[in-house]
Amino acid sequence: MKTLEYPFTKDAVQNLRAGERVVLSGTVFTGRDRLHKFIGEGGTVPVSLKDGALFHCGPVMVKEQGGWKVLAAGPTTSIREEPYMAGIIGQCGVRGIIGKGGMGAATAEACKNHGCIYVHLVGGAAALTASCVTEVKDVFFLREFGMAEALWVLELAGLEGVVTMDAHGGNLHQDVLRNSQSNFNK
Amino acid sequence: MSKALLERNLFELIRRTSTDLPRDVERALKQALKREESGTHAKWCLDKMLETVAVSRSGNLPLCQDTGTLIFQFRVPTGCDTNALAAATRNAVSRATRMGFLRENTVDSVTGAAYATNIAPGAPQMIFIQGARKTIEVRLMMKGGGSENVSKQYSLPDEKLGAGRDLAGVRSCVVDAVLQAQGRGCAPGIIGVGIGGDRVSGMAYAKKQLFRRLDDRSPVHALAKLEDQLTKELNGLDIGPMGLGGATTVLGVKIGALSRLPASFFVAISYMCWSLRRRGMLLGPEGGRLRWLY
Repeated sequence: MKTLEYPFTKDAVQNLRAGERVVLSGTVFTGRDRLHKFIGEGGTVPVSLKDGALFHCGPVMVKEQGGWKVLAAGPTTSIREEPYMAGIIGQCGVRGIIGKGGMGAATAEACKNHGCIYVHLVGGAAALTASCVTEVKDVFFLREFGMAEALWVLELAGLEGVVTMDAHGGNLHQDVLRNSQSNFNK
Repeated sequence: MSKALLERNLFELIRRTSTDLPRDVERALKQALKREESGTHAKWCLDKMLETVAVSRSGNLPLCQDTGTLIFQFRVPTGCDTNALAAATRNAVSRATRMGFLRENTVDSVTGAAYATNIAPGAPQMIFIQGARKTIEVRLMMKGGGSENVSKQYSLPDEKLGAGRDLAGVRSCVVDAVLQAQGRGCAPGIIGVGIGGDRVSGMAYAKKQLFRRLDDRSPVHALAKLEDQLTKELNGLDIGPMGLGGATTVLGVKIGALSRLPASFFVAISYMCWSLRRRGMLLGPEGGRLRWLY
């Protein structure tokens, strides 16, 4: 299985194709509905997302001895961020999206134009994903957005996913959709 | 009723529902695994699902970070103080949230502010029904947003689907909902279907089907037949676990029917993710635990 480590280079990202499984390591940034809307409406984030991955995730965190401990951190449905995602990829230089369910045409186009991929995780595998988080490095917008919507900076080791949208227009979701519709029409 | 005992048991119900997948669901995942070929994404997904179930159970960790809408259903004896039950439930929910068995998962729809304890208007949901026994039956389902968002309601006839007011029409609705959902409800899903009722009761009845054990069968012969037929048909769509292709798109279909008005024919479809978190307890009149229901 290929590995992908932060910072994600354009080459490494372009080297992966839809349908390939990949192991992710290094820093990722969580963000979901509130954060995407915030950036999409002109807000700036206090960290650089360049060559990084946005992880669509609202984790369960508990405070422990002054630091944060992650208990559950599976992916959330990505399609809700479709109105903002393409803009964020272009504007912030995001190289990877981690989530579930895939995204729409605008995001697919932005992935192709800027060199970005979508990595699909197993939804509901929250404890397993949390066990791949080696460190909760930082958190932003906790008070403003709440635990689930905050921007958490996580250090990952050995998180497995499937590339379902690549930087060349390959899209596993479209393939499965077409196939299932034709199975129904049979 | 002993307040302390009741609160302790309701907390344990929440903790276990959040962390310990019911055996019938786990068994269905294991059976699904046998159908999938090695090397496929389907097998990989199911392996990871079963692995995370084991990690959550042994590590006492939430199965999913979306700890969902909390739906409590109580069946209580005559004269039972449901206000006291509601208060104990709220206290148990607060405690479970503080301890990380529930995420801060409740948002003010006007201001967008998060509630720290999951106690808010409409949350948690509590339904009280009076039963004939002296015991208290309490069931809890934790239903995440991803699966709720792909749930659907149809009004028949539906010209676009070519669905008429009969069981063939119901079948068309279920297939359409699952095709539209693809993997986004965290397939393989469990599909609760409510036929009839009004827009509210039909949807509630669809959701209620998800409290049924996966290995049970509808007592109505025509519905049992449709459940089997749809399970087979949906698994033939090749949507697969997480929508990445495969022979397992659903773990089961559960259909119930209410009466309806001559003018209305609703079909409600409540999509539940593979992580069907539901548990139940039978409590004595004092609030002591007699046994688990699943």
